[in-house]
Amino acid sequence: MRIGVFVCHCGSNIAGVIDVKRVAEEAKKIPGVVYADTYIYMCSEPGQKLVEDTIKKYKLDGVVIANCSPSLHERTFRNAAARAGLNPYRVEIANIREQVSWPHEDEPELATKKAIKVVEATVKRVRKNIALVPPTIPVTKKAMVIGGGIAGIQAALDIADGGYEVYLVERDPSIGGKMILLSETFPTLDCPQCIETPKMTDASQHPKIHLMTYSEVDSVSGYVGNFKVRVRHKASYVDWSKCLGCGDCVTACPVKGIPSEVDRGLSDRKAIYIPFDQAVPLVPVIDADNCIKLKYERKISEGKIKRPPKPVKVCEKCQDACVPKIINFEDVDKIEEVEVGSIIVATGFELMPIENLPEYGAGKIPDVIDGLQFERLLCASGPTAGVPKRPSDGKIPQSVAFVSCAGSRDPAHGVAYCSRVCCMYLGKQALLYKHFVPEGNAFIFYIDIRSNGKGYEEFIQRAKEEEEVVYIRGKVSKIFQRGDKVVLWGADTLTGERVELEVDLVVLATAMVPSAGAKELASKLRIPTDTYGWFQEAHLKLRPLETVTSGVYIAGADQFPKDITDTVSQASGAAGKVLALFSKPELTREPTIATVDTEVCAGCGFCEDACAYEAIKIDPRRKISVVNEALCEGCGACSAVCPSGAMTLKNFAKSQVFDMVEVATEEYE
Amino acid sequence: MKISYFPGCTLKTTAKNFEISALAVTKELGIEMVELSRWNCCGTVYSLTSDDLMHQLAPIRDLIRVEEDGFNRVAVLCSMCYNTLKRANLMVQKDSEKLDKINDFMYKEDLKYDGKVEVVHLLTILKDEIGWEEIKKHVKRKLEGLIFAPYYGCLLVRPPEVAIDNVENPYIMDALFEALGARAIDYPYSTECCGSYNTVSNPDIVLDKTYEMVNLAREQGADAIILSCPLCDFNLEARQKNVLQKYPDFHPLPVLYFTQIMAVAFDLPQDTFGFKYNQVDPSYLFVKNKEKV
Amino acid sequence: MEFKIKTDEIRNDLVKEVEELSNTNVFSCYQCGKCSAGCPSVPYMELLPNQVMRLLQFGKVELILKSNTPWVCASCFVCSTRCPKDIDIAAIMEALRQIQLRKNEDYLNLNKVPDMEGAKELPPIALVSATRKLTA
Repeated sequence: MRIGVFVCHCGSNIAGVIDVKRVAEEAKKIPGVVYADTYIYMCSEPGQKLVEDTIKKYKLDGVVIANCSPSLHERTFRNAAARAGLNPYRVEIANIREQVSWPHEDEPELATKKAIKVVEATVKRVRKNIALVPPTIPVTKKAMVIGGGIAGIQAALDIADGGYEVYLVERDPSIGGKMILLSETFPTLDCPQCIETPKMTDASQHPKIHLMTYSEVDSVSGYVGNFKVRVRHKASYVDWSKCLGCGDCVTACPVKGIPSEVDRGLSDRKAIYIPFDQAVPLVPVIDADNCIKLKYERKISEGKIKRPPKPVKVCEKCQDACVPKIINFEDVDKIEEVEVGSIIVATGFELMPIENLPEYGAGKIPDVIDGLQFERLLCASGPTAGVPKRPSDGKIPQSVAFVSCAGSRDPAHGVAYCSRVCCMYLGKQALLYKHFVPEGNAFIFYIDIRSNGKGYEEFIQRAKEEEEVVYIRGKVSKIFQRGDKVVLWGADTLTGERVELEVDLVVLATAMVPSAGAKELASKLRIPTDTYGWFQEAHLKLRPLETVTSGVYIAGADQFPKDITDTVSQASGAAGKVLALFSKPELTREPTIATVDTEVCAGCGFCEDACAYEAIKIDPRRKISVVNEALCEGCGACSAVCPSGAMTLKNFAKSQVFDMVEVATEEYE
Repeated sequence: MKISYFPGCTLKTTAKNFEISALAVTKELGIEMVELSRWNCCGTVYSLTSDDLMHQLAPIRDLIRVEEDGFNRVAVLCSMCYNTLKRANLMVQKDSEKLDKINDFMYKEDLKYDGKVEVVHLLTILKDEIGWEEIKKHVKRKLEGLIFAPYYGCLLVRPPEVAIDNVENPYIMDALFEALGARAIDYPYSTECCGSYNTVSNPDIVLDKTYEMVNLAREQGADAIILSCPLCDFNLEARQKNVLQKYPDFHPLPVLYFTQIMAVAFDLPQDTFGFKYNQVDPSYLFVKNKEKV
Repeated sequence: MEFKIKTDEIRNDLVKEVEELSNTNVFSCYQCGKCSAGCPSVPYMELLPNQVMRLLQFGKVELILKSNTPWVCASCFVCSTRCPKDIDIAAIMEALRQIQLRKNEDYLNLNKVPDMEGAKELPPIALVSATRKLTA
């Protein structure tokens, strides 16, 4: 055994408390140690060079670095050892900073003695370390993007441009997400249909993108590099491959009055419908819950009506009007199983319903609408062709009040967080309204103004100065109807007055919440969600696009509210992660994982129950435990719970632990 | 059904119309309201300071009286009594230390209060235990054509822990009006404060409020304001003559307790309506077979 | 009004007493103004409820007690019910009243009630609640 010990001063962080020279001296006395010395900053380049040179000079076969937490520099020194030709897993860190010099800074003598013990224990551990080789797993170099909004589209395009195949799965009949519904985007006032439709078209035409609209993820199994996803293609009842997009079926359909999802309930659609004029793909679907014929067929199959002896023709007006005759009322959902190496989840957001805001009318006042509804009223392809008409009587409002923080920043009745985009979009909507009705009045009730993007502050000031939007600082307490006007009771805290305002239309900036079904999807993908249901990132600052499940990434508003700029950035970032994953021929994993002694293992299954990563399965035939090296994260729970000792954690075996405990529990002299 | 009944001071003095009509109506519905054999003023307001136990004695003492009479539920009519009794009850149910202190202080009582009484407002009993369908059966004189403004005030709906219905948009009185054949307006001031005790210290506040609230009710087509609290009634009804002095363009509007319109709808004897205690005479609204004035 | 913010005034004993009596944390308030927006007595108040909260954050309890705000408050609980931070502002108003009342300084003098003629008709509910809230 030829072990080298390097004790770091860490400036004064360690040396200010611990007598590092003494620690090195004592380390030399440990059997197996052939070199022990100190250096001021081990992690610096000269420090690392010292390690490499010493390994070569002294022909070391094991290294202990006594410095800071392994979470900071374990990798640094393992890489240094590898460069010098030593197996990196024969390197261990003895943490004498977070565990010795910092907590015991008032007792230098004791700290030094403890540091000596910590080093000795680590040396004893390293003696038994195996020179591990990281396992490799194959990677299916195809990706799946769940969610066809701007985040999903961007991510899919980036991955496809990188040369890999992508399945883009979207549960609505068309891609486009929420962005395609907007009127103009802040602060540039771009028309979102103009800037998004080219990307939507690219996505549908790209040879490497398989567009799966009107589809949902049924189940996901497998692990990074080797996911198997079952995708459900919902029955559309129309043969899209032959559809010309003429829309005759829609014109012919007699069923009216179904609230349009695209127009957020402000207009109606038919039972067969094409979502909007720029839909990609431009094909209709039949809403089975509202189609006369399909409802009839369903009632028969459920036994609620008897099928008449002679076939009765129940409404088939769409098929009658269809020239290529491609409507198929016998269509069923189809399941397709695809294999992918990684998944990006980009399922976006929804808005909190106004029903959740009882003091603002609970959704019963027709002229109190939310932000997305007002977008549709302002949008040229919306239900009023871009003329902001109010829902109750279709008149153009001469005064509009915009209410911020309707549900956001409200831990008592709503959500505690800030929804980030409302300050900007309310300013934009007020500005656009004033463009349309220059003699009209726009009021924005706000608590704070969050305008922290590029050009955002200037945009808000423009709304105030040039468009004369009136900002009132105070949260609105109550909104009610009086005659044909809507009354708001608010406050202006800056002048110290209560404010009563009577307007024609009220727009509420309701809180952004996760899309419906996000929680269920998260459990299918085995990724965690936070208290509000947003998908949880691996680390908020340093790993915002990864999840704790390897191979599954998140992008866009499904992680937390954000605007289009940040969404697109995240989408490209997540695509970059996928491209990095695919750039290697195989995936390597950390080898410090669990391993089973098959001779000893009795197949009791305690380890399988203990594993939080579903990485262990009991082989039913051989009745022993099998560890999936791709999923094991090396937490050690299985090893702790194994009653026979068959399960061990590589380089953290029970005997190694006992060795360290023996040293730790020796009496201090 | 039999239930113990806490009237509160004002129902025995200036709000006799509330009690007379309520007792007649409950009798008709088969509810026997047994007045507590002994009771004291509940205190009218629930003390909000964390260290004040003196002002909690009065309501807790009343709850002891309920148990002494052998009941575990007490029906209340006056909103203020309801709020005070219920909040005091909830407080001692959550804080056993305070309950012990209160019991110890009232050592002369025969019973120690155990927190097991349920305080319930008559409207809740009507909704949950009688049901609107049953009430419809007793309606012999539909109040058709009459439009009422439901007024809950503060204390029936705030704080949320004592609310008898949805805090911001209560519906219970609207449902009652429908059962009686009448209609409710969507009254924006239905949960707005009447001014409460400011009627003693700063009556101008009450006058201004009453002017606003009654005017809006009339503008929206209401024939009367219906409520459940003697203080709200004083502010909204009795003070109308002061409002007229301050605002000569003011037109009075009848204000009634919900049990009074129930008594009319059930076609009970006229003396149970209690109209002689109303400062704004409402009888013209209920003239049989004649058009409304 | 102009006042100097003195660091030793912030969270002084009087503020702590208000917090303890009302079981609140005055620094939870982020001055959204919803309390003032919904308060029915605001037109008659010298200081708005949100201004009272602000002054408490600066430790200026004496300044609040010079105003009529806690005495015009009707304890209607709209502020506490709608506050996004669940601050019981009605209890804070009561605590402010109590700080003065416990010095035996009444706000209401029953012998000098405004509108003395009408006062003869005041129902017990009005008199009891007024004396409970506004006198020691």
